[in-house]
Amino acid sequence: MSGALTVPALPAGAPRRRPGARWADEAYRRGLGALALLVFVVVALIVYEIARGAGPSIRAFGWHFLVGTEWDPVADRYGALPYVFGTAVSSGLAMLLALPLGLGTAIYLAELAPHRVDQAVSFVVELLASIPSIVYGIWGLFVLAPLLRTLVEPWLIQHFGFLPLFQGFPFGIGMLNAGIVLAIMVVPTIASLSREILLATPPSLREAALALGATRAEAIAVAVDAARPGILGAVILALGRAVGETMAVTMVIGNSNRISASLLAPGSTMASVIANEFTEATGALYLSALVEIALVLFALTLVMNAFARLLVLWATGGRSDAAGAA
Amino acid sequence: MPQAQPEPGRERVLRPLHTGRPALRRRVWDACFVGASGLSAFVVMVPLALVVWHLLAKGLPELNLDFFLHLPKPVGETGGGMANAIVGTLILVGIATLIAVPVGVGAGVWLAEFGRGRLAAAVRYTADVMSGIPSIVVGVAVYGLVVVPMGRFSALAGGVALALLMLPTIIRSTEEVVRLVPRSYREAALALGAPRWRTTQDVVIPAASAGIVTSCLLALARASGETAPLLFTALGNRFWSLRVDQPMASMPVFIYDYARAPYDDWNRQAWTGALVLMLLVTLLSALVRLTTRRAPRP
Amino acid sequence: MKPEIRIRTHDFDLFYGAHHALKSVSLEVPANSVTAIIGPSGCGKSTLLRSFNRMNDLIPGVRVRGRVELSGLDVYAPGTDVVELRRHVGMVFQRANPFPKSIFENVAYGLRLLGVNRRAELEARVETSLRRAALWEEVRDRLGRSALALSGGQQQRLCIARALAVEPEVVLMDEPASALDPTATARVEELVLELKSRYTIVVVTHNMQQAARISDTTAFMMVGELVEVGETRSLFTRPRQKLTEDYITGRFG
Repeated sequence: MSGALTVPALPAGAPRRRPGARWADEAYRRGLGALALLVFVVVALIVYEIARGAGPSIRAFGWHFLVGTEWDPVADRYGALPYVFGTAVSSGLAMLLALPLGLGTAIYLAELAPHRVDQAVSFVVELLASIPSIVYGIWGLFVLAPLLRTLVEPWLIQHFGFLPLFQGFPFGIGMLNAGIVLAIMVVPTIASLSREILLATPPSLREAALALGATRAEAIAVAVDAARPGILGAVILALGRAVGETMAVTMVIGNSNRISASLLAPGSTMASVIANEFTEATGALYLSALVEIALVLFALTLVMNAFARLLVLWATGGRSDAAGAA
Repeated sequence: MPQAQPEPGRERVLRPLHTGRPALRRRVWDACFVGASGLSAFVVMVPLALVVWHLLAKGLPELNLDFFLHLPKPVGETGGGMANAIVGTLILVGIATLIAVPVGVGAGVWLAEFGRGRLAAAVRYTADVMSGIPSIVVGVAVYGLVVVPMGRFSALAGGVALALLMLPTIIRSTEEVVRLVPRSYREAALALGAPRWRTTQDVVIPAASAGIVTSCLLALARASGETAPLLFTALGNRFWSLRVDQPMASMPVFIYDYARAPYDDWNRQAWTGALVLMLLVTLLSALVRLTTRRAPRP
Repeated sequence: MKPEIRIRTHDFDLFYGAHHALKSVSLEVPANSVTAIIGPSGCGKSTLLRSFNRMNDLIPGVRVRGRVELSGLDVYAPGTDVVELRRHVGMVFQRANPFPKSIFENVAYGLRLLGVNRRAELEARVETSLRRAALWEEVRDRLGRSALALSGGQQQRLCIARALAVEPEVVLMDEPASALDPTATARVEELVLELKSRYTIVVVTHNMQQAARISDTTAFMMVGELVEVGETRSLFTRPRQKLTEDYITGRFG
């Protein structure tokens, strides 16, 4: 076995681009680019379709649609205020509960917890976020509702019944139930995004505060203060989710179209009324009114999201994968 | 020389700051603060424990082979399963994957490899904002765009609705993982004389393939738990149907219908369905997250 | 007369997990003077500095052995109140790290922690600190503006003013001028010289010329050990150790 193997010589000569190469590069780039531009097409189609579908209702009721309280398919007259109100109350209640818990969790994970605890709890928080909303709905309906009906709501009525907020009959389902379920559902968003944002603030801020004789809490307060715009973004994103959440709310809110001051009373949200009535909507105007609610919901969440994404991107310097994934 | 020399003569005489241990108020506040944040992290985990516990307690007793193999029984008859809904969910998610993965991965690769400038920023931002559109709104839009022209509810419409929900997640996470491919890989390929597109296609995408699959699975897991966009697209079906132009059953809608029904038997089956759905969705995303956690982050 | 000793370490060891970062360091820092700690990067000079106010406590897995005394008090004694300790030991970092607040609020921050809330007193103390940090004339008209709008050198002097406001006895400076341009560096160096009548100053620097210009005492460290410490002029002109001589003549590092 001696002697070198014979290897055929490679084609020699001056480097020369094959004529097709440039064209192929360009075609590949443009092909992928076209797929990316489909995003605009998709969003435009959604907007177009909803705006078109809402047309008859907009022409029939104008701005009165948003302030009218009457929802009467028989007389074909529609006002969405009860649903706007229900969305505002249930989401507001959810944020009231979720904000302190979510922010507290984020602070604990980003600033105080040992690395392993941070990893473990963050994982659990991610799991919470991945539970389908129908599962929260069934839990709220069959577990939380009886608990509220038999224990919590009677207690609230007995001790705080002088407030209009806690008057009425303990149904179990209603605004309070919806608010609690929504809070459970949006806490992961607030916690994981705020954690990322806190981790993105420079550690030197805490060092500076500690070196001045600040306690742990005082040094963390400096970091939280610096992270405020980003945290605000996280909160608005969470609010956007609460506003648009459908299934869990539909199952636990009671689906009444009356406006009540009491948190114990049943109500409806914009999303839940669409879920409940869309397939049953017989008249053209009825259907159009429901599509107009979808339009309002869409516009509302669009504005909140657009603003919140900007805040989160700015606060994390565009590095946060949470900004894309959450 | 600096003009801002300190002027000791003009310095006001200040009494010394009090010394000694920090005020009790500060120490108490510190302890409360730390305690409260630890407590909230604990409280946040309680619902998960409760949900899992109740799912197991109420869903496990009804869980048997029939549940996976049989069709729903009419009201009044006990037993039966949700075989059609399980298959339906697989088909719906399959359709959605067929639509969303090519588009989403392509767009993500474009953003990572060629996405500079304003256009790319706009695509990114639009994808982010799109992920915030409530799923019920997507359902309404697909009803108008697909169901009405077709003249009937269909699996195809449901698949399209789910695809729209998967798209932004796939785009953004594909971009993320493709960006993680080291520059040296690209340089090595380019240095061998490979054209740019061959470099992306033969080197970069294979190197990122595990991450791309992961992000698609994550989007898939999320989509398979979605209910709202299916309510008026795929609708639901109590019978066997494999036709994509017909209404199709799905697990989430099955659970929704059974949970709201006034029959205890149906309610129990709803719990079992929820348990199966939760296992499917959560185990899938937990697995995905556990495997990606080891990968380096940008 | 023997000068008063403000900081004294005795056989001080520090470990990051298994890494032995400081090896039996014994150092005395005279009061109301400038002490420079020099040495190649990674020699432990910043670690030593951060042992004086226990900033190393923030790093998980740190263990110490031996003593560090501040004005005769044992810094690492179990009963030591770290928060109170750090109030008495100011620190200036390598990169200026002003809070994202106004200039005024940056300096007032430490005062507010101590419960100073009267506007008049805050204003007086903020002004005094800014004057001592030679920044007053430059910022007196824009105290309400964001500190982040200042130049790098101004930001670093603001951080010095912030540290001075709580009336520390000792000011620790961790390469305070390494991120600054030559002009800003010169101003910080002048400031250090002005401050030493009131404070005990310890400066970590990798710049030997800087150590020679501003310090009274210089300590030279290598791989966690204190090689030589002495009066600055004699250490630079007549080093007693071969290692010191090699380092200051630029044979390594």
